[in-house]
Amino acid sequence: MLLTDADLQAIALTLQTATLTTAILLLVGTPVAWWLARTRSRLKAPVAALVSLPFVLPPSVLGFYLLVGMGPHGPVGQFTQAMGWGVLPFTFSGLVVSSVFYSLPFMVQPIQNAFEAMGTRPLEVAATLRASPLDTFFSVVLPLCRPGFVTGAIMTFAHTVGEFGVVLMVGGNIPGVTRMVSVQIYDHVETAEYADAHRLAAVMLVFAFAVLLALQAYNQRLQARQRGTP
Amino acid sequence: MHLVTRALFTLMLAVSVHTSASAATAQVAVAANFAEPIKAIAAVLEKTTGHTIRITLGSTGKLYAQIKNGAPFDVLLAADATTPHKLEQEGLAQPGSRFTYATGKLVLWSAQAGRVDDKGQVLTAANLGKVAYANPKVAPYGAATVQAIDKLGLTSALTPKLVQGESIGQAFTFAATGNADVGFVAMSQVLDGGRLKSGSMWVVPQALYSPIEQDAVLMQKSASNEAAQALMKLLKSPNTKDLIRSYGYDL
Repeated sequence: MLLTDADLQAIALTLQTATLTTAILLLVGTPVAWWLARTRSRLKAPVAALVSLPFVLPPSVLGFYLLVGMGPHGPVGQFTQAMGWGVLPFTFSGLVVSSVFYSLPFMVQPIQNAFEAMGTRPLEVAATLRASPLDTFFSVVLPLCRPGFVTGAIMTFAHTVGEFGVVLMVGGNIPGVTRMVSVQIYDHVETAEYADAHRLAAVMLVFAFAVLLALQAYNQRLQARQRGTP
Repeated sequence: MHLVTRALFTLMLAVSVHTSASAATAQVAVAANFAEPIKAIAAVLEKTTGHTIRITLGSTGKLYAQIKNGAPFDVLLAADATTPHKLEQEGLAQPGSRFTYATGKLVLWSAQAGRVDDKGQVLTAANLGKVAYANPKVAPYGAATVQAIDKLGLTSALTPKLVQGESIGQAFTFAATGNADVGFVAMSQVLDGGRLKSGSMWVVPQALYSPIEQDAVLMQKSASNEAAQALMKLLKSPNTKDLIRSYGYDL
């Protein structure tokens, strides 16, 4: 494998973006998933639909709204400028913020499913044992729902690595800042550098396959363990 | 009801007969800078000949790669002379069909009025934000931008501020939404009827970059496509040339 420095830079940037996005979404997605799993509010359906939008929307729609919304005249842009952060498009922070929106349902849904499958019984038991809510979360909920968190984290990471359309629209293709692997491959293809495109595309293919294989193996082991315990 | 059905049927028949008798369709690959003029030209073509064209926009480099990989285009309106020439040599384009339909002009533009002065001094301003341009590897206007910045001696100063659109169309979007402070775009994107639509611009002096000669070429396999031939002919007509000039091109 002979990857160029630019390719390696794109890979490093992609891994950074995906790691940061996954970390942020674990923090942001968990309370959202909790609320969605527990609430009886009339707002549940609209919020659930809102969270799932990135499943359905083309990246061009998301990219367009992010570009306009985070731009100097957009509401988010006005806010970030007022805070003295400048505007987000064409920056690494902007890339991460976009990825958080783009990958939101990939984190929320598996965790929400795990919360729902757990039910309220373990929480009631923990409460009768006088466990504090925080203690309950860390010593009861987290272990019971670990598969949901693992699936959510892996899917978020992988999905962010595979991000393309949104990055193309709000990134500005800056080496080391916003030029992710998917865009680097696109550039190779556009300029007929097919050998380079092949090498980097093969890396992505192997990565994606390995991630999905690992997830399958994890789920199978989990099911086997659940069958094993009465 | 029978009467209505029969009338409709007759009408459909008339339309289809008319279509098959005279109107053809061509697929035209168009460099992004020519997006506005080609719409107007397509309308003229349809009105005068009945032929229609389907337009695909993109950077010249991308369109070239698509053609090389079998894209079904009948005509390419490139933003340079090299690409059509290359297609000719590779046997993909009809020899002798190539001609210059426009010479493009590079401008520095901002969506904000008064932001760009008439000498381009904004490029050295301390508060200059992001500068949008098109990917020089695939977009001739991007390549011209790199030349101009180099001739101005601003390459190292501007490099950290550059943001790249995949075509001149995206470079314009970056500037139009204000995400880029200024952008190197095609004059045709900011002019309407010979006047600046909005914002402020500096026409980059011709001496700073090699002329953007934009050539059109007919694809080899489309030599007998009537719509494609009609379009090539229309592009050479004096009225069309006037129309193209009104978007700021030289001819």
